[in-house]
Amino acid sequence: MSPHADLRVELAQLTNRTYQVRKLSHPGRWAAGIIVAILVILLVAAFAQGQIDWPVVAEFLTTATIMKGIVNTLLISALSMILGLVLGVVFAMMKQSPNPVNKAVAEGYIWVFRGTPVMLQLLIWFNIALVFPTIGIPGVLSWRTIDVVTPFVAAVLALGINEGAYMTEVVRAGLLSVDKGQSEAAATLGMSPAQTFRRIVLPQTLRVIIPPIGNSAIGMLKTSSLATAISARELLNATQQIYFVNGQVIELLMVAGIWYLAATTVLSVIQYFIERHFGRGFDGQQAARKVEPLEAEGK
Amino acid sequence: MNQIPNASIAVKAVNVTKSFGQTQVLRGVDLEVRKGEVFCLLGPSGGGKSTLLRCINHLETPDDGVIWVDGAIVGYELRGGVLHELPPRVARAQQRKIGMVFQHFNLFPHKTALENVMEGPLVVLKQGKDEAQTKALARLEQVGLAEQAHHYPSQLSGGQKQRVAIARALAMEPELMLFDEPTSALDPELVGEVLSVMKDLAASGTTMIVVTHEVGFARAVADCVGIMVEGTMREFGDPETVFSNPSDPRVQAFLAAVIEQDF
Repeated sequence: MSPHADLRVELAQLTNRTYQVRKLSHPGRWAAGIIVAILVILLVAAFAQGQIDWPVVAEFLTTATIMKGIVNTLLISALSMILGLVLGVVFAMMKQSPNPVNKAVAEGYIWVFRGTPVMLQLLIWFNIALVFPTIGIPGVLSWRTIDVVTPFVAAVLALGINEGAYMTEVVRAGLLSVDKGQSEAAATLGMSPAQTFRRIVLPQTLRVIIPPIGNSAIGMLKTSSLATAISARELLNATQQIYFVNGQVIELLMVAGIWYLAATTVLSVIQYFIERHFGRGFDGQQAARKVEPLEAEGK
Repeated sequence: MNQIPNASIAVKAVNVTKSFGQTQVLRGVDLEVRKGEVFCLLGPSGGGKSTLLRCINHLETPDDGVIWVDGAIVGYELRGGVLHELPPRVARAQQRKIGMVFQHFNLFPHKTALENVMEGPLVVLKQGKDEAQTKALARLEQVGLAEQAHHYPSQLSGGQKQRVAIARALAMEPELMLFDEPTSALDPELVGEVLSVMKDLAASGTTMIVVTHEVGFARAVADCVGIMVEGTMREFGDPETVFSNPSDPRVQAFLAAVIEQDF
């Protein structure tokens, strides 16, 4: 039988202009919420009572070795990210280029560095001295590779060049998202390709690619921990240095976890503000605020 | 070119030919526009009107033929009977003397109306910020948008956007203004405000080439109209003659359709 049979109301019954409304109650939601909350409480309680010496965690949270590790982690991540972005912009433009050589080189770069594990790339850069014992300009300058490509440098090169392969695709997608009419309008004003790119296309590209770049930066911060394998003195390596000596393995891994979480949280906040900056002209609310200086400018 | 165009001519196109892949869009178009004149270019879509306009502004390069704008060939230098492609810097200097208004406005969305208008003078003409701003405000005033100077394009109506785009083109003090269907993307009630700005511009003696479907505007403002069909200029002359006595059957059919729609 159709439910409509029961829902029938004669028009004559609609006497009021307003009615009291009774919403459905959702007992299922309540039950699910309570069960999940209990499970979380049990989990937290288990860790609180587990064999983790929390005072030790607190003690090592801010020791000099750990702090130095954090600085290096931040440096490696930031430098790798910058290298990745620069490579991404360069190779994205090469991939868009009408020049078939540029295009092929960009595609080859992506193919190699996106197609091999980043851990493998780290190990290769670390051992690059086996391939080129010395580097420099032949006959003019020469250094021993082992002195130049320190674990820190190897980490930045490996992570940055790997990131660049992904960034190329991110930047290219951003460039494609800007309407061709934008460059044409700039051309009719007589702007050069460089001016058009920097002032018109790039700002609009950034708006689109900042969210994926933010994700990558957060990913990079965590991936930089792989550099412990080539004994770069970053955060995870610092915690290992300590627990190899004192045996407080879990406590020190907790220390690392807390710092990684803190750093990624800060990055998320920074990302929010950068996104807001490049959203101008697109985000109605922010633009409306910018209208105010009109009166102030009457000078 | 065999004859030197006289001083009163602003634009002359000879045998302009252009193909995109297999499609021949322009099949040897000739055109002559005098200084201070308003030339309206009409015709069914796909007839090559926009492509011709884009060739005049060097956004497209013709496969054959030449376009002469105000004393020089667009994009080329004539040396020893051969056309040599101009280096980009020189071509850009030509481009900036030709203003262009697009069907879809193409305003810079991350810049306010004022910043849009200031961009060319600031970056290309290397004007100081104060000078550029003062002049840009005057341009916005001219199109009736001084109040909206600090609005972003997303906060403007279509008609307002197109007026900002006109102000942006005028800020470069062009010798020639090109309009590529400036009202085709607008809601009907917003068409009037844009056409009225264009009428003022025409009255001030600016040389204008307008690709449009607005027969009423062409009749009222144009000194000369052309009707393009399938890549050729089928009719060319003063509006009265062209609109009342078209000889080409395709043009007759086109005009019958648009004028009926237009009344």
